[in-house]
Amino acid sequence: MLDLALKGSKRYWGWLVLLLVIIGAGFGAYVVQAIEGLTITGMSRDVSWGFYIAQLTFLVGVAASAVMLVLPYYLHHYKTFGRITILGEFLAIGAVTMCLLFVIVDLGKPERLMNVILHPTPNSVLFWDMVVLNVYLFLNLIIGWCTLECERKDVPPPAWVKPLIYLSIPWAVSIHTVTAFLYAGLPGRGFWLTAIMAPRFLVSAFAAGPAVLILLSMLVRKISKFDPGKEAIQTLSKIVTYCIILHLFFFGLECFTVFYSNMPSHMSHIIYLYFGYHGFNTMVPFMWTALLCGLTAIGMLIVPKWRQNEKLLAIACVLVFICTYIDKGMGMMAGGFVPNPLHEITEYLPTGLELTISAGVYALGILIVTVLYKVALTIKEERGE
Amino acid sequence: MSWDRRKFLKAAGVGALAGMGWQLLRPGALDAAELIGKYSPNPSQLAVKPGGNWGMAIDLTKLDDAARQAAAEACNIEHNVPHYVDAEGKASKQDIKWIWEAEFDQAFVETENPYAPSAVLHNKVLVLCNHCQNPPCVRVCPTQATFKREDGIVMMDMHRCIGCRFCMAACPYGSRSFNFKDPRAAYFNEKDPKTGQPRLQEVTSEYPTRTKGVVEKCTFCAERLAVGLQPACVAAAPGVMFFGDMSDAGSPVRAQLNKRFSIRRKPNLGTEPQVFYLI
Ligand code: SF4
Ligand code: SF4
Ligand code: SF4
Repeated sequence: MLDLALKGSKRYWGWLVLLLVIIGAGFGAYVVQAIEGLTITGMSRDVSWGFYIAQLTFLVGVAASAVMLVLPYYLHHYKTFGRITILGEFLAIGAVTMCLLFVIVDLGKPERLMNVILHPTPNSVLFWDMVVLNVYLFLNLIIGWCTLECERKDVPPPAWVKPLIYLSIPWAVSIHTVTAFLYAGLPGRGFWLTAIMAPRFLVSAFAAGPAVLILLSMLVRKISKFDPGKEAIQTLSKIVTYCIILHLFFFGLECFTVFYSNMPSHMSHIIYLYFGYHGFNTMVPFMWTALLCGLTAIGMLIVPKWRQNEKLLAIACVLVFICTYIDKGMGMMAGGFVPNPLHEITEYLPTGLELTISAGVYALGILIVTVLYKVALTIKEERGE
Repeated sequence: MSWDRRKFLKAAGVGALAGMGWQLLRPGALDAAELIGKYSPNPSQLAVKPGGNWGMAIDLTKLDDAARQAAAEACNIEHNVPHYVDAEGKASKQDIKWIWEAEFDQAFVETENPYAPSAVLHNKVLVLCNHCQNPPCVRVCPTQATFKREDGIVMMDMHRCIGCRFCMAACPYGSRSFNFKDPRAAYFNEKDPKTGQPRLQEVTSEYPTRTKGVVEKCTFCAERLAVGLQPACVAAAPGVMFFGDMSDAGSPVRAQLNKRFSIRRKPNLGTEPQVFYLI
């Protein structure tokens, strides 16, 4: 089936070349990092995880959100999603690949990566995160590829994929829960030490992922003959609406607990993020942007008439994306590490090289999604859907 | 005179003593003998009972500038701890720290109160890895590169560490440092920001230097304990820092803890730090 990705328009090839150029730049920057060490990043003794791990956290959410298509279709036989589940599964493959790459570029000794397998350590959440992410990657590869191939041949999928599909549903939840446990189980990090971390991660993922899917569906409709369907997009938009509301609601719950209890080691991080702490306020404009985008998006999505207007819906989806991206892709690390355990403040901003490497990883992930989508769309077009 | 068992043992004992005497007098042995006199308690006491664990006490009332500097310097030299400065000559945010000075309210977050004697509040504290009995750093490490030894020391295997820095996120005391760059280059190539000249830092050949990409921290001087020596910082601050077996009521550290009230950093986290501060 992969041969379908080899026949494409000029625009398609141009896009791939652009991605390859970015991947090349990212790789070049990574070579510099490999030689110099992680000193080329903005990370420090106090903020020991930065942009890379933040992207991992965000993208795990995007990957997990495939379940928002798979679950209604396979468990509730919601036929409308049948046409586009493959888009969710293929998006998940790209997202998980990026997650794994972001872990690797973050390692100080990537050549020793296999130590995680050579010395398996069940008490480490990172060990489990690696396990669940890899299994999820393979589940989606097998399920996506197999169902698509059957669709092409016009035969029902073989019986053995069904159990895998059912397994992929809780598995999607597990990848984001385990990723939340990376943070939520650490004593002395007040911002992360909260039982609501996993649910917060899940709802923000189920807002961001479907928002991305809506935008992708609109794009797909523009550049191919395949139409995911207005109804599918509308159903997704309802999911986005509920989840972005929950996202902000959960943040409100967090704020209540933290500020009503008045415990300094829990308050200081949120104060730092939203108001600045002892004059350090790098994150303040970002966090308020996120909050305002979230609130505006809710306003736009909650009114059915506006939500049904696809132009407004697209804008709302972008706002949802910005809101959840800043929250997880930036605030999660900065808020967790600042102030440090000695209540000192070391601020963090990624460096140019760090961003270039990250852009390279994103480009590679997008390349994978592009190629997979190309295959899927060509098959859908062949079948005249 | 018949040689019974007792007499034989006595004679053997004298012989052994003579042998030990020779051991001390033979060329080059003097340094060791000097060390025995220099460090208290006698290094022969430096063994931990089975099931016991090492611990440290620091007397905050006696911890002055001189003691702090001597202790920190002893550790830095002994272990080739590299130091980086930023363009302004201040400690770089990617610096390596094994033992360092912190303000009282930083070391004891949420323990300070506004009415404590200013001698306590305004005196700096020495902080280092606490060799916790329930160490979160060990719990999270995905490769067991950080592990707990039977004698309580939380140890690092720098040949196994993958540099994921999960342990740094997990340590609630900021005790861990990551080699963002090659520390070996730092000894010879780091430019002094003031003079622009390469800054040569002496390398202690007895202790291994590290590579970039791994995490490191205080090891309670495991290498010195193995040969019967006190930790370098303790040796450099006699009467201020104490070290010994926590399970032995007669150990110097327990003797201090019996007499004086002591506090630990963040006891509410359940990590059971084994570094105690006498106040
Ligand atoms: S102080 Fe930190 S590094 Fe040391 S044992 Fe405790 S948790 Fe681990
Ligand atoms: S950085 Fe090294 S010691 Fe720390 S958790 Fe990772 S592998 Fe373990
Ligand atoms: S015990 Fe040894 S390694 Fe630890 S701070 Fe003291 S001198 Fe350094």
